[in-house]
Amino acid sequence: MNRFLIPFGLFIVVVGFLAVGLTLNPRELPSPLVGKAAPQFSLPQLHDPGKVIASNDLKGQVWLLNFWASWCGGCKDEHPVLVHLAESGEVPIYGMDYKDQRNEALGWLKEWGNPYQIVAVDEPGRVGIDYGVYGVPETYVIDKQGVIRYKQIGPLREDILKTKILPLVKELQKQ
Amino acid sequence: MIPEIGHYALILALCVAVVQGVLPIYGAAVRNSSLMAVAKPAARAQFLLVLLAFCCLGYAFAEKDFSVLYVAATSNSQLPLHYRLAAIWGAHEGSLLLWMFILSIWMVAVSFFSTHLPEAMRARILGVMGLVSVGFLLFMLTVSNPFERLIPAALDGRDLNPLLQDPGMVIHPPMLYMGYVGFSVAFSFAIAALLGGTLDAAWARWSRPWTTVAWCFMTVGVAMGSGWAYYELGWGGWWFWDPVENASFMPWLAGTALMHSLAVTDKRGGFKAWSVLLAIMAFSLSLLGTFLVRSGVLTSVHAFATDPKRGLFILVFLAVVIGGSLVLYAWRAPRVGLGGGFAIISREGMLLANNVLLVAALGSVLLGTLYPLFLDALDLGKISVGPPYFDTVFLPLMTPAIFLMGIGPLAQWKKASLPALAIRLRWAFGVSLVTAVAVPWLMGQWTPLISLGLLLAFWILTTIVVDLRERLLQAEGGGGIGGRIAMLPRAYWGMVLAHCGVALFIVGVTMVKGFEMEQDVRMNVGETATLGGYVFHFDGTEQFKGPNYIAARGTFRVTKDGGEVTVMYPEKRRYFVQNQTMTEAAISPGFLRDLYVSLGEPLEGGAWSVRLYHKPFIDSIWGGCLVMASGGVLAVSDRRYRLAWRRKEAAVPATAQIARPTVS
Amino acid sequence: MRWLWVLLLLFPSFATAYEAPPLAANPQAEARLKALAVELRCLVCQNQTLADSNAPLAEDLRREVREMIAKDMSDREIIDFLVSRYGDFVLYRPPWKLTTTLLWVGPFLLLGAGAIGLVFALRRRQKKMTDVTLSEAEHNRVTQLLSEGARRP
Repeated sequence: MNRFLIPFGLFIVVVGFLAVGLTLNPRELPSPLVGKAAPQFSLPQLHDPGKVIASNDLKGQVWLLNFWASWCGGCKDEHPVLVHLAESGEVPIYGMDYKDQRNEALGWLKEWGNPYQIVAVDEPGRVGIDYGVYGVPETYVIDKQGVIRYKQIGPLREDILKTKILPLVKELQKQ
Repeated sequence: MIPEIGHYALILALCVAVVQGVLPIYGAAVRNSSLMAVAKPAARAQFLLVLLAFCCLGYAFAEKDFSVLYVAATSNSQLPLHYRLAAIWGAHEGSLLLWMFILSIWMVAVSFFSTHLPEAMRARILGVMGLVSVGFLLFMLTVSNPFERLIPAALDGRDLNPLLQDPGMVIHPPMLYMGYVGFSVAFSFAIAALLGGTLDAAWARWSRPWTTVAWCFMTVGVAMGSGWAYYELGWGGWWFWDPVENASFMPWLAGTALMHSLAVTDKRGGFKAWSVLLAIMAFSLSLLGTFLVRSGVLTSVHAFATDPKRGLFILVFLAVVIGGSLVLYAWRAPRVGLGGGFAIISREGMLLANNVLLVAALGSVLLGTLYPLFLDALDLGKISVGPPYFDTVFLPLMTPAIFLMGIGPLAQWKKASLPALAIRLRWAFGVSLVTAVAVPWLMGQWTPLISLGLLLAFWILTTIVVDLRERLLQAEGGGGIGGRIAMLPRAYWGMVLAHCGVALFIVGVTMVKGFEMEQDVRMNVGETATLGGYVFHFDGTEQFKGPNYIAARGTFRVTKDGGEVTVMYPEKRRYFVQNQTMTEAAISPGFLRDLYVSLGEPLEGGAWSVRLYHKPFIDSIWGGCLVMASGGVLAVSDRRYRLAWRRKEAAVPATAQIARPTVS
Repeated sequence: MRWLWVLLLLFPSFATAYEAPPLAANPQAEARLKALAVELRCLVCQNQTLADSNAPLAEDLRREVREMIAKDMSDREIIDFLVSRYGDFVLYRPPWKLTTTLLWVGPFLLLGAGAIGLVFALRRRQKKMTDVTLSEAEHNRVTQLLSEGARRP
């Protein structure tokens, strides 16, 4: 009797996994960079192409790095959240204009508002690859030592901001 | 109005299915003939109702009724009629209706071709199939209704995905579903046998033709999917071990194992419990495939639009059907008797070793397909499992199975002698080895894998020759070779043909992987490229307007040794509605090689980036599959089945049946 | 007429068509790229290799790999570069790790288990076969049936 129940036993295990699988998203890719030093970059600024913004300049503060583009639909969805966050002044947001055209980007910000302290321009997308970006928008929380602490894949939402990001930011700011 | 008729037809079909699922099985348990007799008319009624629903949906597509949500989502006013009809199964809801329709076809077939079965058996078989159809109809009517209305109606539809606007779309899904759903018949036979408690060689004999026919359809369906990907996707590949491809391959492996296991059970009455388990496994894998494609649990090119509600429904259905069957198996199988005995070295032993290998291969494919999900569920990270894994693991498992394919048919039933077999086969092995080493060496490129592939293919062929020779010499038919060939049963010739198909398949895979050539060139008008002795002349491109697309069509004249071989017209199409660009490769098929040209991107000055392939023997891959399926068809047309269908077995009283002891 | 022949001899390309050049600037590097790219996953596609995808990110990643090949980085280094940014997900050949041991060893464990199971099952049924003994009356009946069978034509 025992060995005839083995197929059923194995089946139940598989069904259990499949049931858990229904709650997961197979296309979402968590970042291996969380807990590691944020890749260095030194890029021209969007509003002032003559000047350069480097990741090293931003050490000593907790900050958000938001990858966005004017051609990205999800960025439009999350933009009000970013503007609201910028107005609250809780944490500085720096933008990374990913594979975009300068005119389009400037126009987009003019129309929808500019929550960014400075916007860096990553036209070829190389910095994106260094950060393991595979779509926009993506947002990183980086601490005072320049270590990535959290990655948000997809548009930021108020609830994620409230439950995950802001508490983390507050904790990091205390360090 | 028509879509509502279709909808009501499905509701009625559900009612009939409930009746069909419950009454005959209950009737068989209490030996009530009139309850059991409900099965046949119920199955036929269900067929008519589902046919009606199917035709209603087809009508909605043909008449471009965009007030039906499903039609608006998958069709378009510019879509040609044959693709509008194929769009019936272009997305989730409609493909379920196709599944249900094909299930009803198999049910009605069983109701017609089962007159030789005992009454209780047939009642149970149709009853189980009825229960399965209850699940699918309920699924459709609750969360996947193809007749849902779109109010107000759309002005025009969103069009069928351009990738699917192809003749392959018309044939591949129906063929594949015939296979998937066909295994439900073998499954129903197994459950009916477990319910009834009579599991003997007769059960295997009845079940075999149904299993074989389902297997034939499955072979053709999977082969068509592969061939279609080859010429449609534009990158020259034909198998990617994608989760959905695996979902169709696993039932095929189980079906193959089942066919061979049923041969043992039929001939020698042995391993009945194992055959039953395989039958349950084959259909379970079909259902699992349905789940994987529609639940969003795995990423795949083939996946339908996903919805967690649907995934949950299928999972619960799966759990109930398969879980229930496996519990029934655990309960009833131990009581099943043993059948004739045999030594480990015997034809039975080899058939079962073949089974172990096939099931291990199946398990590996399942493991690889689900492993990313396992790790993700346990929060152990995200990985990908792709062709490098499957290729590495599948080959070592299949190689011994192919070797056994050569030895098995020559081994005696009950007890065989390994040294004697070795002596009979030494010539075959020698010839295979020599050919396997000589051919690639002569063609100028030798790798161990090429030789292994050719060794396996020639091993199959030479052992068939040895076996055939021995049987023809021993056969008693008078009048020379013709008579002796006629004496050998069709089932034997079916096996020979199917195994030759496998050899042809292996030749195709080996030669393509070993000797294919590729070139990526930048071609200006008037330039040529040479590949594999063929010279491709680029004569430029011109614009071409199709019914719902506009294309840049290139002209390539192909010559060899100065003589014209063919002209090829690859296209780069832009479909208006979804604004999608498609590469239509031009393929010049041939017995010995395929030539494959696909346009890349337009460059400055009217030049194009072009990809050229020379693929030797690639059509043998699908040719081999077709030969395999023909072998199956030949085997099913064997005398004993044709006679059985015509003869109506005298109805054995139910009491006498159950009193018969199960040890045969 | 002679000058026409001289012209033809001096410019043989007039007589034959041009042979199209390879698309890639460096065919060897391209071949290495292809060998790597068929084992790498396009991260934004529904299950396609980096070699076959037309997605913008795939093109960017191919460009990166090409540059790394030009810098003479080894295959291992290129793979490590991508894995450190995107995780093991980007590899179609799962790496040998503690978590993937079952994956790689599993098929052969299955085979072993199946083979052992088969041998045990066959041994068990052989024992059961030999355990069945016939009674005196049954033995006589068997002899009688066999002799009847032998007499049938």
